[in-house]
Amino acid sequence: MDYFFAAVGLCLCMLVLLALYRVVFGPGIFNRVAAISAIGTKTLVILLIFGLLYQRIDMFIDISMVYALLNFIGCVAAAKYLESRQE
Amino acid sequence: MSFMTVLSILCLLGGFFFFFTATIGLLRFPDFFTRLHATGKGDTLAVFLSLLGLAFYEGISLTGLKILIIAIFMFIAQPTATHAISRAGMRSGVKPWMKENIES
Repeated sequence: MDYFFAAVGLCLCMLVLLALYRVVFGPGIFNRVAAISAIGTKTLVILLIFGLLYQRIDMFIDISMVYALLNFIGCVAAAKYLESRQE
Repeated sequence: MSFMTVLSILCLLGGFFFFFTATIGLLRFPDFFTRLHATGKGDTLAVFLSLLGLAFYEGISLTGLKILIIAIFMFIAQPTATHAISRAGMRSGVKPWMKENIES
C-alpha cells in the first residue's frame, strides 16, 4: 500500500512540473495566477500522501489545512488586486 | 485487503485521472477562460475524490473527519476562487477566444 501511495505522489509531482510550464511561459499575469492555484491544489494532496508515508498524518493534516486556506485567500487577493489595477 | 482499502484505491485513481485531464486542459486550451474552465471543474472534482479516498483509508477517527472537512472546504472555495479570477480577467480586458481569430 505504501508503494501505491508513493507512486500516486510521484505522478502528482510530475503533473506539478507540467503545470509549471504555464506559470513560467504563460502569456499574461492571469494565466500564471490560474496555474499557481492549480499547483496549490495538487500540493495539498501531495502533503497528505507524504503524511501517510511518514506515519505522521496528524501533523501533516494541519499543514494541509493551512495550505488550503492560504491558497484560497492568496487567489482571491490576487484577483482583487488585478481587478482594481488600471491597465 | 479490506473493502475500504479497495474503495480508497479506486477513489485515488479517479482523482489522479481528473488531475491529469485538468493539467492537459491547462496546457492545451487556447486562451485564459477555457483554461480556467478546465482547471476549475477538473481540479475541484479531483481534490474531492482524492481526499475522499484518503479519508476512506484513514477510517473513522479525528484525522478522517479533518480530511472530510478539508474536502468540503475545497468544494466551496475552489469555484469561488475560479470565479474571482475569471471576473477580474473579464473586467481588466482579457479577450475571449473566438473562432474568427483562430490564427492569433
